[in-house]
Amino acid sequence: MDMLKKLYGPTGWAAILVALVVMLVMVPVMALLVPKTSAFHLSAYTVTLFGKYLCYGIVALAMGLAWGYGGILSLGHGLFFSLGGYMFGMYLMRMIGGLGQYGSNLPDFMVFLDWKTYPWWWWGTDHLAYVLLMVVLVPGVLAFVFGWFAFRSRIKGVYFSIITQALTYAAMLLFFRNETGFGGNNGFTDFKFIAGFPVAAASTRAGLFAITGLVLIVALLACRFIVLSKFGRVLTAIRDAETRVMFCGYNPLPYKLAVWVFSAVLCGIAGALYVPQVGIINPSEMSPANSIEIAIWAAVGGRGTLLGPIIGAGIVNAAKSWFTMSFPEYWLYLLGLIFVLVTLFLPQGVMGLLNRWKRT
Amino acid sequence: MMSISATANSEERSISGAHVLIPGELDLSHGVALYLDAINVSFDGFKAINNLSLTIDAGELRCIIGPNGAGKTTMMDVITGKTRPDSGTAFFGQTFDLTRMREAQIAHAGIGRKFQKPTVFEQHSVFDNLELALKADKSIWGSLFSRRNHEQTERIEELMELIRLQDFCHRPAGLLAHGQKQWLEIGMLLAQEPKLLLLDEPVAGMTDEETERTAELFISLAGKHSLVVVEHDMEFVNSIARKVTVLHEGSVLAEGSMSEVQNDARVIEVYLGR
Repeated sequence: MDMLKKLYGPTGWAAILVALVVMLVMVPVMALLVPKTSAFHLSAYTVTLFGKYLCYGIVALAMGLAWGYGGILSLGHGLFFSLGGYMFGMYLMRMIGGLGQYGSNLPDFMVFLDWKTYPWWWWGTDHLAYVLLMVVLVPGVLAFVFGWFAFRSRIKGVYFSIITQALTYAAMLLFFRNETGFGGNNGFTDFKFIAGFPVAAASTRAGLFAITGLVLIVALLACRFIVLSKFGRVLTAIRDAETRVMFCGYNPLPYKLAVWVFSAVLCGIAGALYVPQVGIINPSEMSPANSIEIAIWAAVGGRGTLLGPIIGAGIVNAAKSWFTMSFPEYWLYLLGLIFVLVTLFLPQGVMGLLNRWKRT
Repeated sequence: MMSISATANSEERSISGAHVLIPGELDLSHGVALYLDAINVSFDGFKAINNLSLTIDAGELRCIIGPNGAGKTTMMDVITGKTRPDSGTAFFGQTFDLTRMREAQIAHAGIGRKFQKPTVFEQHSVFDNLELALKADKSIWGSLFSRRNHEQTERIEELMELIRLQDFCHRPAGLLAHGQKQWLEIGMLLAQEPKLLLLDEPVAGMTDEETERTAELFISLAGKHSLVVVEHDMEFVNSIARKVTVLHEGSVLAEGSMSEVQNDARVIEVYLGR
């Protein structure tokens, strides 16, 4: 905690927030108000790309909180992200209305399956408020139930990580099946409207970007509050010496559970913001490799910091965007290499490196 | 109506001399802090604790010695809820059945434990270590929203002075010397304001001077607190002990003053004589 305070005191935090707010204003302005002929114009593609990175930033922050501060390494955070995404995707599918390929009120994949009505679990998904609630509740309740059993049985470390990995894999297989009613391997796509606005319009894109940025800022402030409170110190104490914490009179279960559920909910919200911007959600988002990648973002950026994982998500995804265009088949090798190098030479990640520079 | 009849009832009881037990509140009125009776613990057939019975009086300072594998640490595990006994009774005061409580509940009830290997929060400063141990609301909401008050800060400063770490207030505990870590852990124990302190090899790795100061501290704590000290350092035991219990193969072999124990033929055979 001391390191955190030293790294960015009140002025540092103010600077970070100002930078984020400036970005939040500048990107929509450059996309909407700056004429297309200008060098400062941002295309809808670029805005969407930035918005996607911000979503990843929220996920990385959630990962950094649970892993870096709570010592809970999840290799299944992609599941919570996808669940949020799927919940919001259901709403977007309902908003297509009769504009699908088959002109039916049902999504195309349901027509294809010869279904006549929506299954019961699609109930209410045409109401934005209900869906927004579910975006929080579905990942939150799943994380609560899973976490309650796992932490109560004192499953930790690599065993916990492996179970989360299995969980996301099992969910992926479930969502791949057509009869579960989530569009099988194609998932949801071809979205048309969100709250009455056309999804593909530049102004909608800019708006979604701004909302995502705001959510990231609020999430960052919430995490900062948690980490700087006594709760945060108990959490890091549980990470370092759980037995000692118990003999000090704390029950670690509610602490771990709270941070775990909060982290999962953040991922769900990020997923819900991701889907309308990227325009598709399918079960591959739940693949084990995706969840491992999230852990790599946090490791690259720096565990035990809040900004580090966000920066790590930016660095790795920028590298990914460029690399998968130039040498698509080698990306996974490079990702593995980055992870090995960071683990060996930069155990504190990029933030540790910045910290070292600052000291010398 | 209910409250009136309840008051009348309790008055009646106290008049008749019956003792009212209030669950959830420590009751040392019979003068017994810790009561272990016929405790058995076995691991894969190995009897770590064998029909162990032991009573610690309120305010007593008791030393427990015994060769390696005598069951000293397992006994502490039973008392603090880390290990469940296969059979037997373990009570803290009159009201707390330790075999039915979890670690955190037991700690909350007033039993503090120092481990054999000093266990402090290495990444946290000395100050934070003590603050985390301090008797306070330890629920998640309490930790999230409560702020440290003036008395708590004063209490921490007092403790830092007592354990002579006031100059290391902001130093991460991981960077302290071994003896200092032992002291910090003792300080954390005191911060919990426990009624019963279990101290597993508290002076291991301490200098002679530190050991001497620890002895003074323990003697000053006895009376207000009950202390159970497990130690191998016989000189240290001799300097603080009034009553010594010798454990051997999971049960009590002998009990008495240091000189009585030292002259016991069986003790000499299994332990001191070797």
